[in-house]
Amino acid sequence: MTSPYPIAAIAGILIVALSLAALLIWVERRLLALWQDRYGPNRVGPFGLLQVVADMIKIFTKEDWLPPFADKAVFIIAPAIIMVTVLLSFAVVPFSPGIIVVDLNIALLFFLGMSSLGVYSIVLAGWASDSKYSLIGGLRAAAQMISYEVFMSLSLMGVVLLAGSFRLSAIVEAQKRLWFVIPQFLGFLLFLIAGVAEARRLPFDLPEAEAELVAGFHSEYSGMKFGMFFVGEYLGVILISSMITVLFFGGWLGPWLPPIVWFLIKMFAFICFFILLRASLPRLRFDQLMSWGWKVMLPLALLNLIVTGAVVVAWR
Amino acid sequence: MWSLIKTIWNVFLHSFRKRVTIQYPEKKPYLAPRSRARIILSRDPDGGERCVACYLCAIACPVDCIALQATEDKDERRYPEFFRINFSRCIFCGYCEEACPTYAIQLTPDFEMAEYNRQNLVYEKEDLLIDGPGKYPGYNYWRVSGARIAGKDKGEAENEAPPVDLRSLMP
Repeated sequence: MTSPYPIAAIAGILIVALSLAALLIWVERRLLALWQDRYGPNRVGPFGLLQVVADMIKIFTKEDWLPPFADKAVFIIAPAIIMVTVLLSFAVVPFSPGIIVVDLNIALLFFLGMSSLGVYSIVLAGWASDSKYSLIGGLRAAAQMISYEVFMSLSLMGVVLLAGSFRLSAIVEAQKRLWFVIPQFLGFLLFLIAGVAEARRLPFDLPEAEAELVAGFHSEYSGMKFGMFFVGEYLGVILISSMITVLFFGGWLGPWLPPIVWFLIKMFAFICFFILLRASLPRLRFDQLMSWGWKVMLPLALLNLIVTGAVVVAWR
Repeated sequence: MWSLIKTIWNVFLHSFRKRVTIQYPEKKPYLAPRSRARIILSRDPDGGERCVACYLCAIACPVDCIALQATEDKDERRYPEFFRINFSRCIFCGYCEEACPTYAIQLTPDFEMAEYNRQNLVYEKEDLLIDGPGKYPGYNYWRVSGARIAGKDKGEAENEAPPVDLRSLMP
């Protein structure tokens, strides 16, 4: 299943993912504007598409400020971690048969592991900034990630039970007859919510909560380092959307159109849904977030796992 | 939970609404005739300056953006020697227009006065004066007021009775 030209696949996925992430900034602004009855950026180039280029020029020419009070080494490394972990996760995503960097037999675990490692980026950024808003943001991120990571992985185990494999391409193949969103609807909802929290998007963007914490963990960041957090967040959105597509909506499967087109259509629909969530829902309070995670989502995830397990055992 | 889903659906329905933004440089917005923007100084129907340099606008101005100096011409009519409005300070509140006793200073709906150089926002009298009477076509202050000028003594204004002689006992 692995691509016959691995270097080409790596380069292609890197370029496409990074440019998609940059483009998402424009997509998000236009969609938010649409849902708020505005136009959004529509002046720079056709439909405002070159806004992305303008933003890039801006962010590259900003002063790259290193706070004198910061822990220098950690401060510089932190934004790189999130980029590395998210981009590494893309290695196991099967975009279509042949377009995949490495078809691991534990791809799902690899994805979960990488998304857990991504938390270090935020916690270290908050810690190294040595400012109270950053620190609170970082601590919130740590608490939020730990609580949402738990039922995120649990909610996926139902899919693994049904497919009988951790290999993502095998999971897609197992959905030939029926997308897993139907037998695993509860699991899908849980993963969707956990995914929003994992990507730190509204309504779960407490680590940055600009109303309370200036900009949370990246208050002290500027220039390209801030840009890496920014692009990292959008890469995270793309990653979660592609994982939802792969795990619950049959990945590249679909009639008539080429597989990669189906994958991109499904992925884009979920990206739009993420933006719609941002346009409509207010931010949760932090204690609501924690109790929601531990008291509602975790028991539901366990219940989903038990019922799915029982059904699978009874079936065989 | 139900309200959250309803919210998401309602926001989604906004995709099909008309957008409220007016694409400004291509489409001009409707400006009400009494909307307040660029300040002008008007003239009376005979073409003379209406401003009598009473300083009331400068006093009413909350940001002190109006500066002027009163003087008199050969007809003993008061007029401003210079009249200067610093539009980089002006907040277009319209208090000067309300304070003006002669309808001289008026606000117009024209708001397109952006400049690259801040100094260019300081408008002198020749920039402010227009040729017409503005919003009050027939009004001529010097003709209706009781103030005395050359060629018009007390009691000779329109609708003005001759002055009463206070020392006379006759009715």
